[in-house]
Amino acid sequence: MFVRWVTTLVLCCAALCSAAQAPAPIPQLIGHLVDTANILSSEQRLALEQKLVTLESGTGSQVVVLTVVSTQPEDIASFSNRVGNTWKIGRKGIGDGLLVVVAKDDHKLRIEVAKTLEGAIPDLAAKQIIDTAIAPHFKQNDYAGGLDAGIDQIGALIKGEALPVPRQSGSPKAGTGNFQWENLIVFVFFGVFVGGAIIRRVLGNKLGSVFTGGVVGVLVNMFTGSVVIAALAGFSAMVFVLISSLGSAFRGFRGGGFGGGGGWSSGSGSGGGFSSGGGGDFGGGGASGDW
Amino acid sequence: MKTLIMALLATAALAGCGYNDFQRLDEQTTSAWSEVLNQYQRRADLVPNIVATVKGEASFEQETLTKVVEARAKATSMQVTPETLNNPEAFKKFQAAQGELSGALSRLMVVSERYPDLKANKGFSDLRVQLEGTENRITVARNRYIQSVQDYNVLARSFPSNLTAMAFSYQSKPAFAVQNEAAITATPVVDFGKK
Repeated sequence: MFVRWVTTLVLCCAALCSAAQAPAPIPQLIGHLVDTANILSSEQRLALEQKLVTLESGTGSQVVVLTVVSTQPEDIASFSNRVGNTWKIGRKGIGDGLLVVVAKDDHKLRIEVAKTLEGAIPDLAAKQIIDTAIAPHFKQNDYAGGLDAGIDQIGALIKGEALPVPRQSGSPKAGTGNFQWENLIVFVFFGVFVGGAIIRRVLGNKLGSVFTGGVVGVLVNMFTGSVVIAALAGFSAMVFVLISSLGSAFRGFRGGGFGGGGGWSSGSGSGGGFSSGGGGDFGGGGASGDW
Repeated sequence: MKTLIMALLATAALAGCGYNDFQRLDEQTTSAWSEVLNQYQRRADLVPNIVATVKGEASFEQETLTKVVEARAKATSMQVTPETLNNPEAFKKFQAAQGELSGALSRLMVVSERYPDLKANKGFSDLRVQLEGTENRITVARNRYIQSVQDYNVLARSFPSNLTAMAFSYQSKPAFAVQNEAAITATPVVDFGKK
């Protein structure tokens, strides 16, 4: 009976939810410029890439240009949307991404705007950029000039939007009062977890709990200057350590719980490689045009 | 100690059997549906402006115009709530009304190509861009709704989460009818470029 139970449980635990996605040729996101149609020379590519990198380090927004030979049989709008939502360009938690798609043989292009930027670049503005800045150049086969002019206007519109400032890598914020509070909380948290366990081992369950509670109380008192808060903190730390001595289950929690902080910095202004911020959500905003 | 392990295993089993997934996907479906409604509303709000602009063109086909106005009235008169999802009849009616408006609008756009004055009208071409954007958003929203319904239904029908669905009597949810699915896989109806 017990064996059957366990088998069922294991089966249940192991079951994975499979999400089937229609296979479709979406190019690899290798940089700010993905020129699969080969419409730019290598110098032009460098210049455009540089421009987009500058834009990202200035505003934080990720603007990516993709050129393809054709999007057929798919419409350029749905293709762009699919690419945008696969790449998810735009900072995590902010989602300020923008995708310019050029379909060379279809003579069509599209500016696909992530939801966050729909206010900065409404459909009308996107259409206007296509018609007045990009298409005239494209008509004379001047792809680099058109993209250059288009990115200029897009950049100007993005700069007009009040977005969170880009995070500079390697320069953490100056220690404000807020920051020390966070440090203290983290310290107390881990201190109670780790230190409490060690002290308990050394001094035994009851004495260890009391000792940990006392240490936490003194520390909190030092930081906050409030005896009441210190007493509360000390008491709860003591209770916690005492309870956790009933079973060492908290070790499992400790392994899994505290990993999810790192998403923010990815993809913003690190100079070297480019990676999508992973925050862009494309809801179909933007405009298409032809030349 | 033994009870603790059993409790942990039971929690893991419930999670593994998808109870939490059901809650998550159910909520996801509801919000996807709200987005669909939101975008339909946005289109309905655009229509009066389009009609007003087109009316300025004295010789414009009255029949086409009337159809758009009627279709909009019909679509907006319908009371739609998230509960519509659980009422296949109402769901179907709503889809039919919106489909009618889509058809009437795209016909209006096709017809408008015959009027050079209208084509040159800045206000009208702006409205066309906005309508196109809205149609794209509707497509995306409906796509997402279909996707989330699919995820939910797959979970409700595949082993072992179907046991959970049975235990809590979760039904699979309705997706768009076949004709609407066809409309989604086809290119958007409003194509201003060539028609």
